[in-house]
Amino acid sequence: MSKVLMKGNEAIAEAAIRCGCRAFFGYPITPQSEIPEYMSVRMPEVGGVFLQAESELAGINMVGGAAGAGVRTMTSTSGPGYALMQEAMSNFSAVGVPFVVVNMMRGGPGSGGILVNQGDYFQATRGGGNGDYRVLVLAPYNVQEACDLIQEAFDLADEFRLPAILLGDAMIGQMMETVEIKDVVRENRDISWATTGWDRKSRPRNVLFSLNATNEENEARILGIEERFHKAAERARIDTYRAEDAEVILVAYGTSARVSSAAVDTLRECGIRAGLVRPIFLSPFPVERIREAVIKPDVKAVVAVEMSRGMMVDDVRLALNGEKPVYLCNRVGSFVPMPDEIADFVKQILSKEVR
Amino acid sequence: MAEFRITGMHTGVPTHYCPGCSHGLIERLVMESIEELGIQERVIAVPGVGCAGLAAAYYNCDCHSPSHGRALAVATGIKRVRPDNIVFTYQGDGDLASIGMMETIHAANRGEVLTTIMANNAAYGMTGGQASPTTLLGQRTTTSQQGRTVKANGYPVHMSELLSQLDGVYYIERVTVNTVPNIRKAKKAIKHAFQNQIEGKGFNFVEVLASCPTTWGMSPVDAAKWIGTDMIREYPLGVFVDKDQGVQR
Repeated sequence: MSKVLMKGNEAIAEAAIRCGCRAFFGYPITPQSEIPEYMSVRMPEVGGVFLQAESELAGINMVGGAAGAGVRTMTSTSGPGYALMQEAMSNFSAVGVPFVVVNMMRGGPGSGGILVNQGDYFQATRGGGNGDYRVLVLAPYNVQEACDLIQEAFDLADEFRLPAILLGDAMIGQMMETVEIKDVVRENRDISWATTGWDRKSRPRNVLFSLNATNEENEARILGIEERFHKAAERARIDTYRAEDAEVILVAYGTSARVSSAAVDTLRECGIRAGLVRPIFLSPFPVERIREAVIKPDVKAVVAVEMSRGMMVDDVRLALNGEKPVYLCNRVGSFVPMPDEIADFVKQILSKEVR
Repeated sequence: MAEFRITGMHTGVPTHYCPGCSHGLIERLVMESIEELGIQERVIAVPGVGCAGLAAAYYNCDCHSPSHGRALAVATGIKRVRPDNIVFTYQGDGDLASIGMMETIHAANRGEVLTTIMANNAAYGMTGGQASPTTLLGQRTTTSQQGRTVKANGYPVHMSELLSQLDGVYYIERVTVNTVPNIRKAKKAIKHAFQNQIEGKGFNFVEVLASCPTTWGMSPVDAAKWIGTDMIREYPLGVFVDKDQGVQR
């Protein structure tokens, strides 16, 4: 396919279909409603299922039912809707049902606002559901990457038998960019674990049930999730921009990363060797990759740039474990930190660090 | 007299139900119906949360046990992507009429081609006998210790009557299993609810008045009698919707 100009939300929906997603259950919420709208037209064209659920709560459980029956399935939502889905994220993680959830972050808390925001970082990476479980979280910073990552998210979900979240934001969902959407339909996905009807011959009876009869069973289930999650951590990766010789490293994901790359150029023009480290995986967090990029003699300071009250900064601090000073440069309430603001912040802290 | 036989739809795992509990009996009717209709290899069970939620160990077929109340959403997801499978939910009154009321009404209203068996025992059994939406007025439970009152809890919810108002439903019948003739009628209703799904007809709903002697504080015999007197008075038996017969009350 050649390059086309598409809105983020619609491009993501098309990319999902091109990698074999054949069921979508969801509920309208700004700023992602173009995804269900697009799916309502495209799914019937490819013989798939589109159903507008009565709520996000029902929608995500339909997703779990369909994905549990072995079909590539997704939903999309924004923060308030994703909040309603947490019970199901916990439940389906426990029984290893792979599916993809797109969360186009908007302002919070509560109804918050409908514009760009990153306040769902903890909700996505820590999970808002009960108990010991994990999910995979990928964060695109442009429309092309959103298309590539949603296809990767389906593969990762299948491979590690965990739900995967594409954590975008209102900016990624609403803007139009040129994209090239790949056709990557997977043949012969392993669905031997799924509830597809039991012929009493080819495999054991399949039961997806998160209640455990014994502590041993529950422990084994949780340790299984941990093992798969830690294996997935080996794939966790970052992207970097002008970071090789940097004296100050900005760490940012999604739209913040895009703004931060402009701040890097601004700082370089002022003679400050700035660089950007951009986590593509937020869960598992790419600890080793970030350490390789940051733990260098030249690096004087690390600045997490976020559109939240400071969430990813915690993961950066944990990754660096006190070995480099970490600062937070942020705006809340759907304000986007401007490149000049970020540059001024960096200049200020550098003067402090040098002193 | 026919010899007692465990149906092939039962895994053989001994059930955990209390003496006099209706779940084992109703589940047997479900399993017999599936076996007699020859759909064992196509069926996928979605047991709700509660005492009957543990039935994933008993149904000898693929099972997907969802979170509390979400059975009809999960079943919808399964059926929509696998229309050739036979998908059923088995839910208690707490699961279906309280925490899952929204999922129930919308699945019925969409006319999902599913079969839902509701075991209505007017209480939360697994958690120890609390009041449910179908608890009778005056009925003592651990959360209505002086008896259910209208002021505190409103009125008993009549799911069969409520769902009968929706155009999406195909078949609704309320039955019980307190006597042998009633067990036979219940079997017929349950089998019909599966047969309809095989023919692509839905939504199919069978409400079964069920006993919970343990939380009711009654002997199994008294519990069966109480169904025949008090419960049937509140929840009359009968066919509420059968589109084959042009019935929609």
